[in-house]
Amino acid sequence: MTIEIKTATIQPRRQTYANVARRIGADKPASRYDESMFDLQATGEFHYRPTWAPELELFDARRTAIVLEDWHVLRDPRQFYYGTYTITRSRMMEATEKAFAYAERRGHVAGISPEWLQSVHHYLLPLRHYEWGANMNNCNITDIGFGSAITEAAMFATMDRLGIAQVISRIGLLMDGGTGASLSAAKQTWLDHASWQGLRHAMEDLFVAPDWFEVFVAQNLVLDGLLYPLVYRGFDEAGLAHGGASLSPLTEFMLDWFDETSRWVDAVIGAAARESAANASHLSGWAAQWSARARDALLPIATDVLGPQAEAAIDTHMADLAARCRKIGLAV
Amino acid sequence: MNAMPPLPKQRKLSLKERYAHLTRGLGWETTYQPMDKVFPYVSYEGIKIHDWDAWEDPFRLTMDAYWKYQAEKERKLYAVIESFAQNNGHLNITDARYVNALKLFLTGVSPLEYSAHRGYAHVGRHFVGAGPRIACQMQAIDELRHAQTQIHTMSHYNKFFDGLHDPRHMHDRVWYLSVPKSFFEDACSAGPFEFLTAISFSFEYVLTNLLFVPFMSGAAYNGDMATVTFGFSAQSDEARHMTLGLEIIKFMLEQDEANVPIIQKWIDKWFWRGYRLLGLVSMMMDYMLPKRIMSWAEAWEMYFEQAGDALFEDLSRYGIRKPKYHEVASKEKHRLSHEVWSIFYNYTHAAAFHTWMPTEEEMTWLSAKYPDTFDKYYRPRFECWTEMQAEGKRFYNPTLPQLCVTCQIPMGFTEPDDPTTICFRSADYKGERYHFCSDGCKDIFQNEPEKYIQSWLPVHQIYQGNCGGAEVKDVLAWYHLNFGTDNFDYEGSPDQKLWEEWQAQKATNPV
Repeated sequence: MTIEIKTATIQPRRQTYANVARRIGADKPASRYDESMFDLQATGEFHYRPTWAPELELFDARRTAIVLEDWHVLRDPRQFYYGTYTITRSRMMEATEKAFAYAERRGHVAGISPEWLQSVHHYLLPLRHYEWGANMNNCNITDIGFGSAITEAAMFATMDRLGIAQVISRIGLLMDGGTGASLSAAKQTWLDHASWQGLRHAMEDLFVAPDWFEVFVAQNLVLDGLLYPLVYRGFDEAGLAHGGASLSPLTEFMLDWFDETSRWVDAVIGAAARESAANASHLSGWAAQWSARARDALLPIATDVLGPQAEAAIDTHMADLAARCRKIGLAV
Repeated sequence: MNAMPPLPKQRKLSLKERYAHLTRGLGWETTYQPMDKVFPYVSYEGIKIHDWDAWEDPFRLTMDAYWKYQAEKERKLYAVIESFAQNNGHLNITDARYVNALKLFLTGVSPLEYSAHRGYAHVGRHFVGAGPRIACQMQAIDELRHAQTQIHTMSHYNKFFDGLHDPRHMHDRVWYLSVPKSFFEDACSAGPFEFLTAISFSFEYVLTNLLFVPFMSGAAYNGDMATVTFGFSAQSDEARHMTLGLEIIKFMLEQDEANVPIIQKWIDKWFWRGYRLLGLVSMMMDYMLPKRIMSWAEAWEMYFEQAGDALFEDLSRYGIRKPKYHEVASKEKHRLSHEVWSIFYNYTHAAAFHTWMPTEEEMTWLSAKYPDTFDKYYRPRFECWTEMQAEGKRFYNPTLPQLCVTCQIPMGFTEPDDPTTICFRSADYKGERYHFCSDGCKDIFQNEPEKYIQSWLPVHQIYQGNCGGAEVKDVLAWYHLNFGTDNFDYEGSPDQKLWEEWQAQKATNPV
């Protein structure tokens, strides 16, 4: 049974904004994502060249080798706009807060063997700087990327990476009793320890890479695509034998985030690759080149954590990443 | 395996230190790439920063808290937006003329929120200090929020009223919208320090009460539940943005004495640029709101003259004085809105909102609020136009106006000391003559001529054939402005006809 409340009906004169109607092909009710995503960025009639890049327009499609007829094909399958984005993250964070509250009540990350705890300090905490680097790279895409579809989602990714850096830092504070000593030590590791220099070097090279789409591929597809499964699945599983299970709920956020965000990353790169052979060739080249670099950068850390099994483990993840690339239309 | 020494025994961190670890502690000095290549834009404006660590975080917000608070606000806001649509909330506004203020807002202001989002992302990437970068990133995503929630809030109005259907397209093309567009592109094309002086300080801190607040208060006074809910929801974001504005200016001033004259010049420029932009708000406040909040002159006195006095007195210890030409703005406060509304009345055929002549009751209000100017200069003009209209000879200005190269407003402002003479200024540069509405706009041009000779001036563009054709109708089609629907007077518009039908429906039972 249904009940029906009578309301005065007034015929709307149009269903959505004209730019949205043009894009979805008719004046019909549009999603909130479409209404607040399409065409927000100016594409012409610019007044002044940026003083910081006088050879280009304020927003300029020529900042990447990727060429798209319509930049709004780079849609986000999660259909995030600000409201749905913050509500999703706030829900995910609720679970993480419970995990922290539980761990904090017990005063420390209980049951982890001292050797493994040291390993966690070594492999996990310096990653807060990697996340900060990923924040910078995505912020750069938000800044110089083209079109409101990609830049909007890159903004969310920017804040995600700051959030994840803060989750990692809080794990450090949990382990060091709130003194911050673990974080200072992790920064030294990031800056000086031989095993970490490959990754730091790669990140610093990305900071100055001119093509933002290359940065997108290198950071969000390749480096994350190898690092997240290796660290948050591989290392986490290796820790189980050493009582590391109590750490897992604290990094659950990262795994959920990675699974969700990969859908976006794959959709963006897939859409660009489908548009032209030239695009696919650029994207494949970047993926291949950065995959090799990511492997070299992560192998020393994996070796520190996994010992002789590191090479086999990393190659399994490399194979998974290659399969993922092929699935979205890249030749690697 | 790494040889990590045991951690030294230390005391627990204070909240401030903890926040530092969670934010600025994440950054590092790069060595594989030189710092000046990673952050290439922080020196060319001449601002000297010796110690980025001296930055005081204006608010301590980590992402977990940010997501939580903002998600809570979003849930509430969207509940109201939905209920507003479900209950045809647009029927409860004071009068359909009010919607014209929303048209101005959605086409003129909402796109600026988006531009701010991108501008703060630029600074959020390029400042050297991680602390200020995070504050800028938070504002970048907040501004995206404002652009998106405004589009969602007004979406319901777009279904029932004209002129709201293509805001971004119009913003980039329509003649009077080049005023806000060029304002923001001026800021975004500047270096990171000038951008923050322009937007965080001059715009958000000094002038926000004269831009954002009048629109939101206008919504509250005129029964627009949806927009005012957005306004309340954005209030705490705006408070953070204002705090950042004051913090950044103090930070720059404290870092090096040589920064002071550079910043003073920017404050002068962005005060005047912002003030000219507010001309659109002045007419909204005095003419477009069926139920008015306060007059433009009162708002200027309260929010600039009084609040500004206190602020600049505080900044005088750094050697900063009040912005140049603030006294001109104060002289103009009794005529600004009348002059701007007259321009739009002249060009109503080319505007994406409706105009009208004030009713006798409204003229009484204007006389009371502007005792020295309204009856003397503007009432006779408006009465004449009203009479002409009654005789079927409604006055239109058929020629395209000359625009000020800097602010891009038609040259309709009067001399600071003579409200009966139009103010013209000009300057020669590289063999061309450029025209300005004021000394303020002329100064801005002369300080950066290479920038302003690039201005995309709508009237020039029309004459150059870049705007769809030579006839008004061609240009309006290029604007996506529906002739006979979106433009002309409110009287006789489809908006008015439908509004009256809805009111009649509300009052009677269906047969």
